[in-house]
Parts: sequence; C-alpha cells; structure tokens
Amino acid sequence: MIAILTRDLRLAIRSGGGFGLSLMFFLIVVVLTPFAVGPEPQILSPIAGGILWLGAMLACLLSLDRIFALDYEDGSLDLLATAPIPMEGIVTVKALAHWLTTGLPLTLAAPAFGLLLDLPFSAFGLLTLSLALGTPALSMIGTFGAALTVGIKRGGLLLSLLVLPLYVPTLIFGAEVVRRGIEGLSIAPALMMLAGITAGSIALIPFAAAAAIRVGLR
Amino acid sequence: MSLWEYANPRKFIATTDVVLPWFWAGTIACLVVGLIWGFFFTPDDFRQGSTVKIIYLHVPSALMAINAWLMMLVASLIWLIRRHHVSALAAKAAAPVGIAMTLIALLTGAIWGAPIWGKPWAWDPRLTSFLWLFLFYIGYIVLWQALDDMDTAADMTSILCLVGSVFALLSRYAFLFWNSGLHQEASLSLDKETNIADVFYYPLLLCIAGFVLLFITLVLVRTRMEIRARRMKALIARERMV
Amino acid sequence: MMPDLGRYATEVISAYVVSIVIILAIVALTLWQARKTKARLEEVEKRSVRRG
Repeated sequence: MIAILTRDLRLAIRSGGGFGLSLMFFLIVVVLTPFAVGPEPQILSPIAGGILWLGAMLACLLSLDRIFALDYEDGSLDLLATAPIPMEGIVTVKALAHWLTTGLPLTLAAPAFGLLLDLPFSAFGLLTLSLALGTPALSMIGTFGAALTVGIKRGGLLLSLLVLPLYVPTLIFGAEVVRRGIEGLSIAPALMMLAGITAGSIALIPFAAAAAIRVGLR
Repeated sequence: MSLWEYANPRKFIATTDVVLPWFWAGTIACLVVGLIWGFFFTPDDFRQGSTVKIIYLHVPSALMAINAWLMMLVASLIWLIRRHHVSALAAKAAAPVGIAMTLIALLTGAIWGAPIWGKPWAWDPRLTSFLWLFLFYIGYIVLWQALDDMDTAADMTSILCLVGSVFALLSRYAFLFWNSGLHQEASLSLDKETNIADVFYYPLLLCIAGFVLLFITLVLVRTRMEIRARRMKALIARERMV
Repeated sequence: MMPDLGRYATEVISAYVVSIVIILAIVALTLWQARKTKARLEEVEKRSVRRG
C-alpha cells in the first residue's frame, strides 16, 4: 500500500500531474475575487473565509478525475484489483494521495491567500484548522465520485455534477467555522460536525467507492 | 402469492396492463376534482388572500418530490440485495417524475413567496433542501444515461442513491444549522394538518391523493417502457451475435 | 364563474398554469417515450421471429 502511495505521489509531482495545478487554480480564484466584488476591505473582509473555502473546494474538484482515470486507461487499475490488497484499501490510499497533493497544499497556502482578501487576523488559525479538518472529507467524497464515473469517457463534468451536492455539508460547516469565529460566536458545534463528516467519510466511503470500482471494472 | 412474483418482467407487464387504466382514471378524477374544488370553491385566507390556493399544488408536489426519492432508495436497495431488474428500472423510472415534482414545488413556492415574503427566493433551509434535491436528481439521471450497460448503470446509480441519501440528511441538517430561524415568520405552519381548517383540508387531501396516483401511474408507465427498452437492447445484441 | 382572486390573481393563476404545464409535459413525454419504445420493440421482435 505504501508502494501505491509513493507511486501516486511521484506521478502527481512529475510534470503533467495535477500537483501545482489545483494550487494555481486556488490562487486564480482568490485573485479574481477582488476584481469581481471590488477592492474595499470592508467588502472583502467578511466574505474572505467563504471565498477561501469555496476556492479550496473547487480546486479540489479540479483534480478528482485524475484519481482513477489514468490508472483505468493504462490498465494498472485492473492489476491493482487483482492485487492481494482489498479494494477498500486501494481506494483509501488513492484518497490519501489526492489529499497529500491537493488538500494539504491548499490548507497550507490558504493563510497566505487570506492576506490577499483581508481576512481578519483572528481567523487565520480557524481557517487553517477548518481546512485541515475538512479537506480529507473532500478528497474522500471526491474519490467516491471518481469511482462512480471510472469507466466513463470524458466524465469530468458528470463527476462535478455528482460530487458538488455531496460537498455541500462540508462546505457549510467549514465556512461556518470561520464565519462564527470572526463574529465571535461559539465554533464548537460547527467544528465537531466538520470533524464528524470527515471521520464518517473516511470510515464509510471506502466501502461504497470500492463497490463502485468493482462494478466499473466488471 | 408473494410480492416477488412481480419482479418477473412479463408478470409485471401483464399485471400493470390490467391495473393501469384504473390508475389513470383515479389520477384524473382526483386531480381534476381536487384542483377545481381548490381553485373555485375555497375561501381566501384572511392573511394571505387568494394565494392560499397555491397550497393545492405546492404541498402535494413537495410531498411527492421527497417520496419519489424514498421510493428510489427502496428500489435501489432491493436491486442491490435481490437483483430484480424491475426494481432497478423502477428507480430509473421514478427519477424524471421526481424532478418534475421538485420543479413544481420550487416554482409554485417562488410564485407564492414573491407576494407573501416579499421575494421569490429565500435561503430558507426547506427551500435550500429542495434545490439540493433538484441538483441531485439531475446527477442521478445523467449518471444513468452516461453508462451503457444496464447492470453497471443500475449498480452505480443504486450506490449513488444510497450514499446520496446519507448526504441528503446531512445537508438538511447543515442547512438548518446554517440559516435556521431567519424565515420562521413564513406561514408554512399551514402545512400542519392541525393548523389548517377543514375547508382547505379536504380539497388538499384530494389533491395529495391525485399527486400520489399521478406519480404511481407515471412510474408504472415508465417502468414498462424501461422493461421494453431493456428487452429491445437484448434482442438487438442477440441479432448482432448471429 | 371565475372566483374573485383579489390582488394576487396573477400569482395564483400563474402558479396553476405553471404546474399544469409541467404535469402535462411530463405526462406527454412519458406517453410519447413509452409509445415509441413499444413500437420499436415490436419491430425488433417481428424481425427476430422472422429469422427464427
């Protein structure tokens, strides 16, 4: 399993992988926002947390179709399926690799991008915390969507259509942590729900995703 | 005589041949009488004026939008556990009807909301949930269409339906958490049977029955259609082999 | 015959029109698709019977 992980990571970091791409996309969303809504701090400041969460979510979505598509095309997914590792394990490792190459860099970059959007100073820690807690769920749910569309040619748009509604709860609770933090409200419930979604996704989604992969390879 | 006998496509078609005309008749009777009763012969509400008449469309369609999802969930489970094709095809048949119901609920809600709340759309948890449902129906239908092989498509959409149901509940909770209490002045308490006067209640009941029958009828017709389409595909495949 | 709908007449009538149009549309679509599928199946079946 560690071999799969290192292989996936190496493939992603090499040229043509999605490694830098989603980070660039995130940066573009953040840079474009002031052009759309205006540069005034009193406009940007209250929406910064939400924009950063939305940008991170969309950037995450961008690289989802790479999770299985390349392996499906060159046949290595069939080989993995016959390997002595359960499919659930493969799916989890794939999601972990996706998180390490998108979710983690996004989380680390978000505070820097927060400066661009006049994010209130008190919210930097909360933003990082909520992204760190929430992005694993995004990767996991996205892996499920990628598994559903594994055999479909040009399934990228369909994948977004399927995955976006599933991202809604994570987005709401994640952005809510930042919003409530800025307004000085209690953040514990939103934070716990966010952590709960992530824990639940990691625990249960591998089974659904593995079932979908098995169907897709049949 | 067990329920599972109807899982045989031939038996299903034969039985529905007999009952379908009755369902059509019941649907038309209930809807025509209920809607005419509601539109022409009910008084105006003292607060909302004549807009209360929209309830005869709004509440039944909203009910069926959710029930269509429930039916798809049950049918998907039956397909995954017992692998009856009719069940998977019935789930597929229900989705477009569900989307139509969701659309009616959203549109009548917007038309109703414009004069009463002052704006057609509010990010009220209930409205947001229906919008979510609408998006999810679209994804479900597109996934069905994207996969050629019927068994693969049935499996994938069933898994999606199961996972989606969990996330539907989660989203519903998230919406409540996110924007609760903002639009509580909305007079949706009319939904509760206890709060609604008899003059409104009986035609509403009739309309609900009409929508339920309409849903069943359309799902039966569409399921028959899907069964035939599947048989046609099999025949064509066999022709190609020869 | 028309009931007095007061100042909300447009809303009520448009709600009914929209809903009835959607209902008729889904019914028409369903019937059309069902008829088309049935006809095509019969055609294919006839062909396969002829071939034995």
